[in-house]
Amino acid sequence: MKMKNFVGQTLRWEWRAGIVELTLEHEPANEIGTVMLAELEKFVAAFDVLAPETSVCIIGSARKSVFSAGADLRELYRGAVALPEKERVEGVRHFLERIHAVLNTIDAAPFVTIAAVHGICFGGGLELALSCDIIVADKMARFAFPELRLGLIPGFGGIPRLKRDLGNAFLRDLLFTGRTVNATRAHAAGLVAQLAGEGEALHIARSGAAQIAKFDAVTRAAAKKFIKPIPHDELRREIDLFCELFTRPAVMAALKKFVEDSGPMPYLP
Amino acid sequence: MRTLDQTTQEVLDLAAEHFQLPEGSLEPRDDFFKKLGIDSLQTLEMLSRLENHFGIELPDYEVQGVSDFKTLAERIHSRL
Repeated sequence: MKMKNFVGQTLRWEWRAGIVELTLEHEPANEIGTVMLAELEKFVAAFDVLAPETSVCIIGSARKSVFSAGADLRELYRGAVALPEKERVEGVRHFLERIHAVLNTIDAAPFVTIAAVHGICFGGGLELALSCDIIVADKMARFAFPELRLGLIPGFGGIPRLKRDLGNAFLRDLLFTGRTVNATRAHAAGLVAQLAGEGEALHIARSGAAQIAKFDAVTRAAAKKFIKPIPHDELRREIDLFCELFTRPAVMAALKKFVEDSGPMPYLP
Repeated sequence: MRTLDQTTQEVLDLAAEHFQLPEGSLEPRDDFFKKLGIDSLQTLEMLSRLENHFGIELPDYEVQGVSDFKTLAERIHSRL
């Protein structure tokens, strides 16, 4: 059937026996830029076709050591500096509106969504994982919201979703220190639902998917709708705040340092 | 309770194992970026390996600017 399977430039999906697997594969670190965004839009546009015959969606990565490093900051910076200051924020707002629409659709998908995470899961990558119902993580996975280190806040819905799911204490630690946390800590905090051995996250996610697929689809969808409301008001305020912060010269200066740093560890204060 | 020397040796052994180097090929004062030629992803992998081994959390800001095994071991030891 149309759009049950797709191979794009940055991702692919494959439907088999009621389970659709979305695999990110974009060098070097599955950064979410305009090409991946357009392909994610294609994916969520296929939900109408997929939903009647799909119990579970698994989102994973084919890249070694990486689920996703988050937003493509190089593309963001280069796109922004090329524009007059007044137009910069409009481009950013347009991107944010589109990625929010994608993640809200994944968040409310009428099937169960599982993020199978290995390696780094930072910023926008973590926000993609947070839009899923369940996160299964390889014990070598690491999670972070490094945005404040560059003078920004997470912009793909991360704060409202993490606050919805976990409460403020862990969120504030992640945000205000910008530190990375390992899978064990993320599991203890409730961010990760199931821990997997090294290289086993996808296997564990598939095992869970097979169990979930046994249950009644109507009840499953009703339960999800009941327990997982989308924080629309906060998500809108997040876009406004991100755009407000983005216009400051300090942000462009920090992004410039980050994208131009060729050292073994990119610039982050 | 480990001594700092024991912690340092465990860090060296783990790094050698993780990067598939012969045992004893790393020294405490080695600059691991230069010696191992590793990038940021591999550095974070090593951090996860160390945290899992020692059962600790080592925030990035505590190892920012650290590039030798000896200092890394000291930071780990202070959390044991």
